[in-house]
Amino acid sequence: MSVTTKEDQTKQQLPVEELDTVTIRFAGDSGDGMQITGTQFTSTSAIIGNDISTLPDFPAEIRAPAGSLPGVSGYQLNFSSRDIHTPGDEPNVLVAMNPAALKVNLKDLEAGGILVLNTDEFTESNLKKAGYATNPLDDDSLSGYRVFKLPITSNTLKALEGSSLPFKQQERCKNFYALGLMYWLYDRPLEPTVKWVEGKFSAKPEVAEANLMALHAGYNYADTTEVFTNYYKVGKAKIRPGKYRNITGNEATAIGFITAANLTGRPLFYGSYPITPASDILHELSKHKNFGVKTFQAEDEIAAIGAAIGAAFAGDIGLTGTSGPGIALKSEAIGLAVMTELPLVIIDVQRGGPSTGLPTKTEQADLLQVMFGRNSECPAGVVAPATPADCFRMAIEAVRLATKYMTPVFFLSDGYLGNGSEPWAIPSMEDLPEMKVSFRTEVEGFFPYLRDEQTLARPWAIPGTPGLEHRIGGIEKQHITGNVSYDPDNHDLMVRLRAEKVERMKQDIPDLEVFGKPEGRVLLLGWGSTYGSITTAAEQLQNRGVSVSSAHLRYLNPFPKNTEAVLRSFDHVIIPELNLGQLAMLIRAKYLIDAASFTMVKGKPFKVSELIRKVEEYL
Amino acid sequence: MMRDESFIAGIKEDMSTNGEKTNGANGQTPVKLTRKDFQTDQEVRWCPGCGDYSILAQVQKVMPELGVPKENIVFISGIGCSSRFPYYMNTYGFHTIHGRAPAFATGVKLANPDLQVWVITGDGDALSIGGNHFIHALRRNIDLKIILFNNRIYGLTKGQYSPTSELGKKNKSAPMGTIDYPINPLSMAFAAEATFVGRSMDIDPKHLSMMVERLAAHKGSGFLEVYQNCNIFNDGAFKSFNEREVRDEKMIYLEHGKPLLFGKERDKGIYINKVKPEIVTVGENGITIDDILVHDENTLEPNLSYILGRMQYPEYPVPMGVFRAVQKPTYEQMLHGQVSKAISTSGAGDISKLINAGETWEIN
Ligand code: SF4
Repeated sequence: MSVTTKEDQTKQQLPVEELDTVTIRFAGDSGDGMQITGTQFTSTSAIIGNDISTLPDFPAEIRAPAGSLPGVSGYQLNFSSRDIHTPGDEPNVLVAMNPAALKVNLKDLEAGGILVLNTDEFTESNLKKAGYATNPLDDDSLSGYRVFKLPITSNTLKALEGSSLPFKQQERCKNFYALGLMYWLYDRPLEPTVKWVEGKFSAKPEVAEANLMALHAGYNYADTTEVFTNYYKVGKAKIRPGKYRNITGNEATAIGFITAANLTGRPLFYGSYPITPASDILHELSKHKNFGVKTFQAEDEIAAIGAAIGAAFAGDIGLTGTSGPGIALKSEAIGLAVMTELPLVIIDVQRGGPSTGLPTKTEQADLLQVMFGRNSECPAGVVAPATPADCFRMAIEAVRLATKYMTPVFFLSDGYLGNGSEPWAIPSMEDLPEMKVSFRTEVEGFFPYLRDEQTLARPWAIPGTPGLEHRIGGIEKQHITGNVSYDPDNHDLMVRLRAEKVERMKQDIPDLEVFGKPEGRVLLLGWGSTYGSITTAAEQLQNRGVSVSSAHLRYLNPFPKNTEAVLRSFDHVIIPELNLGQLAMLIRAKYLIDAASFTMVKGKPFKVSELIRKVEEYL
Repeated sequence: MMRDESFIAGIKEDMSTNGEKTNGANGQTPVKLTRKDFQTDQEVRWCPGCGDYSILAQVQKVMPELGVPKENIVFISGIGCSSRFPYYMNTYGFHTIHGRAPAFATGVKLANPDLQVWVITGDGDALSIGGNHFIHALRRNIDLKIILFNNRIYGLTKGQYSPTSELGKKNKSAPMGTIDYPINPLSMAFAAEATFVGRSMDIDPKHLSMMVERLAAHKGSGFLEVYQNCNIFNDGAFKSFNEREVRDEKMIYLEHGKPLLFGKERDKGIYINKVKPEIVTVGENGITIDDILVHDENTLEPNLSYILGRMQYPEYPVPMGVFRAVQKPTYEQMLHGQVSKAISTSGAGDISKLINAGETWEIN
């Protein structure tokens, strides 16, 4: 540790408690830098070998009025010496930088949990903005918690005395002070953050210095004042050996698609229009032009997909990304891609809806939209990553299926996956699939809609290829020739062929895996970002000896071959979803299985305890 | 942000080499193509007598002259009568959705800048449902050759008024006459900073083919409005000024560097009084040829072209020709320039490096 040995001496005299899992939530005003505090605590914990899972929670407004309830930004992380899958149900620790942050978050803190409060911000005006009639620091409303009242702002300013930074900027370093406090309490090293700060602010050494001074000051304060009477250790988790990095779902999505395009041997073209929570994918992709990635910020959602389809026609890997409202706008163009049988991947980072809904909150309510939200019979493949890191793998899968079957495939992520992060076991290049694409060049025997027997894919013949000049479009195609055709029997045939093509992806996707015994009383079936809570709930129930297994669908159209067999091996199938039962509807319709739907639409993930209670009803 | 002047200068230097490869590039012997090579076996389904036939014929006639191999040509359209056009061109073609052709064309051009990409659209397609894409394709200066068939009516949906229909026109959806003020497509193109803006008409094949050639030769977003007669739903929409007998007096042909003269005797001209065009006669009221506005396609500021573009029948003779043709770096050149720059500064992308980037740690 870079801090002096004195601290270690002080610490040695204090009792230490070993914990296996801790959930901390940092909360403050959106200008308070809580996202940085959270991500720093996360990377440091990951680096020292904990398993981690995070949940950032920011307001929809960029800067709501300072100190107001809508302006509260939070970052929750769960770190553990065990293998964990969720950011934790209830925080054990809440760091609240102002009264509004306390007000918004206190209800989630576990009974008896640790509450660290920045007393400097509990001013009359801030209390009023947060709607407190009396100061909670003075009444007994916090008596059920272990409260630490600390003057974080003034201590930070004291530590920065003599700094050349303007007052406002000095004040802003308080998030690093809070981070220092928490590093002490949970026995984390400061080096990773020191390194990060030095790198991040290399152009502004005064800022770097001030932040580091605040970080050390927070750490030393905890150490010398003995404000905390004990400290905690959380040991290394037993994680599969390998090389790791912490990654958010949106980052994993972006680099997954770059990798996928690279594996096909074709450049990636990304057409997108800014929208929360998908914009980070555009930002990330636009940084990687040296991979030949072309990012096109279009004038609207329709142009974004139009350009991606045009690029696919001309031989690029066409990709477009958005959230639910954007999918609604893109529907007609998706129909055209289905009709013209071009490979295209559509990212939907779902958010709360309908309409503008809850832009920064998560939901899984676009499943039926991506399945059916277009005119006529318009099937498309659908894959859904289960965790932030899984976005990498499923991005590759989406491109593999789209290019092999020559048809659009949805990549159905959500806000929780996109913004959440976890350690990612970096794959080795050999683990990645072989998926080079080839274009039709042979003139002899070429017909635009002559299909591959196995996949039913039509040939990908791109402009620039001599002798293969042909026309495609949205009017029904004649089987094989691709000429315009209004013939009734031909239309019937083509509708069925397009559906059959998507169905045949089945031969190319892995079986549905069961976590736990392959048969028994209850199966928890999920998809998408509920993976963490479902798996944890199943794990905890299995540890109690309950006959529960879980399975997670990462391929939603088509379903894996063995899906029905898996479902029929259990007395009860419960399908928890953050919608009103969309997967349940599909499963019941397709397999006539009396699956129970368990739903919640609050803009946030399930708590493990909620799932456990639900399962208990079926035991 | 500051403009990156050296970057833009670099692009300007590249401009002569970038763009679609000409026929016979790569050392092959150029193959002489004919109009027939650009015809397809598809039966043309426009109404007999429709102005679209003439436009198709002129485009097919011009194509072999361009020296671009036909596999490098792509025609992209939206929805409407005119948008059937790609089916009749033996090149690559994409008949897309209503109003969005410029978006699809953008993707095609960005994926492969060597392609010559044409957009065929109509007044409803480009100016109503597709107004947004039309504006943005033009302002990006992406090298698309957009031909708008303006018949001032919805043909394919059988006769409703369009955004260019004259106020008060009676039709299927406005039996008492339209109460929508029409839009001027050229004004929109100037406002969107299109680098090439021209106008022609179906019934002047010679002029039309010349304009198509000019459009083809332009590097950057190019827009050609073609007055096209819909003999079924809006017959004779332009005949009051564009029929052969009246044309000389009621239209004016723009020629770069030449004074704007018209009339049988070519004695009438356009004089700009402050910002208002006036029709004057050379030799009358002390007007000499030096008072007549000299047409300049190449001025960067589109103000004068804009004034000309707004001259309408019956107040003024209707201008035909190239209003504006200026050079600016194109979008695809700048995009591919950024890709090359990223490769030269950071090295060609390496997936292993990408996935191993950032803070990593080993678990043993
Ligand atoms: S409706 Fe009018 S524009 Fe359409 S094909 Fe017939 S004549 Fe031509």
